[in-house]
Amino acid sequence: MTAPLLAVDRLTIRFGGLVAVDQASFEVREGEVLSLIGPNGAGKTTAFNAITGYLAPSAGDIRFRGARLNGLKPNRVAELGLVRTFQKTSVFGGRSVLENILIGLHLRSEQRPLAIMLGLPSVAREERALETEARRILGFVGLGARALELGASLPYGEQRLLEIAVALAARPQLLLLDEPVSGMNPTETESFMAKLAEIRSLGITVLLVEHDMKMVMGVSDRIVCLNQGRVIANGTPAEIRRDPEVIRAYLGERYARAHG
Amino acid sequence: MDQLLQHGLNALMLGGTYALLGIGLTLIFGIMRVVNFTHGELYAFGAYMMYAFAMLVGANFFVALALAVALGVALGAGVELVLLSRLRGADIDTTMLVMIGAWIALQNAEQLAWTGVAKSIDNPFPAAPLVIGPVSVAWNRVFVFAVAIVLIAATYALINRTRLGRAMRATFQDRDTAALMGVRIGTIHTATFALGSGLAAAAGALLGPVFVVYPTMGDLAAAKAFAIVILGGLGNIAGATIGGFILALVEELGAGYVSSGYRDAMGFLLIIVILLFRPTGLFAQKERIG
Amino acid sequence: MKAALTAAWLALLVTLPLWMTNQYALHILIVTGIFIVAAMSLNLLLGYTGQLSLGHVAFFGIGAYASALVSLGFKVQLAPGVALALDPKPVWCGMLAAVVVAGAFGWLIGKLAFRVRGAYFVIVSISFAEVMRLVAVNWVELTQGPMALNNIPPLALWLPGVGEHAFWKKPENYWLTLGVAVVSYVLIRRLVRSRAGRAMVALRENEPLATSVGIDVTRYLVLTTVVSAAMAGAAGALYAHYIRIVDPDVFLFLYTVTMVIMVITGGKGTLAGPIVGGLIFGLLPETLRAAAIRPEVQWIVYGVLMILVLYFLPAGIVPAVRQWWERRRGAAAAAPA
Repeated sequence: MTAPLLAVDRLTIRFGGLVAVDQASFEVREGEVLSLIGPNGAGKTTAFNAITGYLAPSAGDIRFRGARLNGLKPNRVAELGLVRTFQKTSVFGGRSVLENILIGLHLRSEQRPLAIMLGLPSVAREERALETEARRILGFVGLGARALELGASLPYGEQRLLEIAVALAARPQLLLLDEPVSGMNPTETESFMAKLAEIRSLGITVLLVEHDMKMVMGVSDRIVCLNQGRVIANGTPAEIRRDPEVIRAYLGERYARAHG
Repeated sequence: MDQLLQHGLNALMLGGTYALLGIGLTLIFGIMRVVNFTHGELYAFGAYMMYAFAMLVGANFFVALALAVALGVALGAGVELVLLSRLRGADIDTTMLVMIGAWIALQNAEQLAWTGVAKSIDNPFPAAPLVIGPVSVAWNRVFVFAVAIVLIAATYALINRTRLGRAMRATFQDRDTAALMGVRIGTIHTATFALGSGLAAAAGALLGPVFVVYPTMGDLAAAKAFAIVILGGLGNIAGATIGGFILALVEELGAGYVSSGYRDAMGFLLIIVILLFRPTGLFAQKERIG
Repeated sequence: MKAALTAAWLALLVTLPLWMTNQYALHILIVTGIFIVAAMSLNLLLGYTGQLSLGHVAFFGIGAYASALVSLGFKVQLAPGVALALDPKPVWCGMLAAVVVAGAFGWLIGKLAFRVRGAYFVIVSISFAEVMRLVAVNWVELTQGPMALNNIPPLALWLPGVGEHAFWKKPENYWLTLGVAVVSYVLIRRLVRSRAGRAMVALRENEPLATSVGIDVTRYLVLTTVVSAAMAGAAGALYAHYIRIVDPDVFLFLYTVTMVIMVITGGKGTLAGPIVGGLIFGLLPETLRAAAIRPEVQWIVYGVLMILVLYFLPAGIVPAVRQWWERRRGAAAAAPA
């Protein structure tokens, strides 16, 4: 049994008197797609924020390949190989699509400020290489034709694709997607699921927060269900579908009793 | 010890007007999220109006004071309606820069109208100071302190006991919800800016007769107002009140025991030191007004 | 086409003192040039990184004083028995000192900028400049206070064939300023079009997203402030050795405002913006003075002008002109043959 890629151990996050995440423990194995589900307010995005350094955990341990993530700044977390997307569509609206990807390629670039200011040829060479790579990534998500348009001018579905592309540019080992298909129509969701399979085949592990059950059941290897900050179920899609706790959390006591 | 008491008394007498400056700015900052660079100019305006009515027109001292404050309120409302109402959606940078433009225009207009010569305003109080044991204080300063306290109390009453005040507090807490509840945000903005400006003008009108009146007097006043707002926390009126007295005390002690040349630097140094250790201000654990 | 235009421009600028013999006009251009360097440096901070630093004149003044003091020499008592003294050094040494010292202060402010954000940072930056001014006024032993540092020597360079040559005349100061301005422009252009420039802009546009792809906020804020401060310090040094008198007024908030007006009206976040803004607000005072308009009225005009630009051309003049040019070209292309 190999060590998990990401190990979340008794993660607790408190906001004053409110406990948003309560002793949550789960792990993400290398190469898998793990989905985090749960009713609204269950603490999913809060957990995401803690894992990626946007929030400080009140207690518990978060480890990536054994290295402790607690208290690291978001850019350090990204350097280690965890890249996240945001629940509300987040792109660099005022910049072109190509520039968005170039920004995403930040960690892949070696240019030092002094070399930049001196105008060394290595800088220009690297810029050309970065642009080639950026166009390749745009091609991968199907936004090649949009390279020079402003991020904000893209239709909603394409903005979400741009978001994924920017995250991919940062070459994640673990990609954390926060409700990537929210607001998408069924066709867009289908093509996203196909894209996700392609991302998987690149060797990227995926941790997903999502409400769309069809997608979750379709793409996940395993599912973790949160309710009121606590992990209430952890297993394969088939197991989760039948789990009484999950049913109770989503549909309420009466449904559970009626169909239990 | 006597010296310490005297410093304390001086600070107390001055602190009230500092508090007025600070309260005015913190209201504008807190409710409107505007970095008001014209605050100092309203202070100078109040002083110049006091000069105009008391010395040029020959009006009664107290009538001149009331008129100066009233005109300050009017000018504030005017500035808000003409300049800021158009910018309600804009980001804080644009608004701030517009305020800087207005500050330049206002200060130079004042310079043009009154020339750079410092003016003094006579006051009707006895020249001999009031002596209380080992300390003494000039009567005009006692008057300034008294009026400042009255105005501070009136502001508290307005914010906490009137419908307008309640609407202001609501806008401060949550603008969108307040708007949904029927609060006319535009009116609140105009009222807030007018009130804040009126308080600044009052401070100027009160201190004009104590010191002298000159065109750039607003700059130092504005700087001190900002220091007080940071001391007390954005939108925190109680904090601004306490902050005003604290700043006056720090200045007095600094001038008395360190060096009088650096007196005005005290406010700035205080700002830098506080923000180094508490990046969101001294009392700002929970931003609230009232 | 663009390269040819740039070359033509440069040729014009370099040969200017040869055909413009009006010494007063040259003087105006030199001072304008110095302000343009300062405005370009402010643009890096205000325009590209989106940091509302309104204390920029502090770096300018620090540069001016540092260069002047190093080239004049100084002696101060730091504590009883502890004196700090420096013999006069060559002016180029002073200029180097100006860049380094200003840059060091920039490093401090950069570190602070990360912790203190938004409106609070605006206030801190203004306070910093004011404290510098009051120190310059009050630490008379070092700065001579309001009596100013006088007789600051001009730059002296060893030129082949001529030997040691001191820059007393206006044309050579013009070329020096032009040289510094061109170097500054090139440095900024390279920074802005690189990974560093993208990081700055990313932080300004969407900080959480920027950090999620690994951009280190502190690192880039510090980088920007150091470069920006060092450049402003260089402008200050140029000023000190051209005007040859430095007094505490060099720290006046008014000069920050001038730089801000130049950047904002020209177009923040663009390369040409501060140059256009600098030319307008460097040359405008002269035209107004020629029309015998009082300085107070001038400033009222600037204030109103800035407000109008903010209302109607919020991105500044350069982007507005660019947009208009694009639209004209698009209309011409769409017009039937």
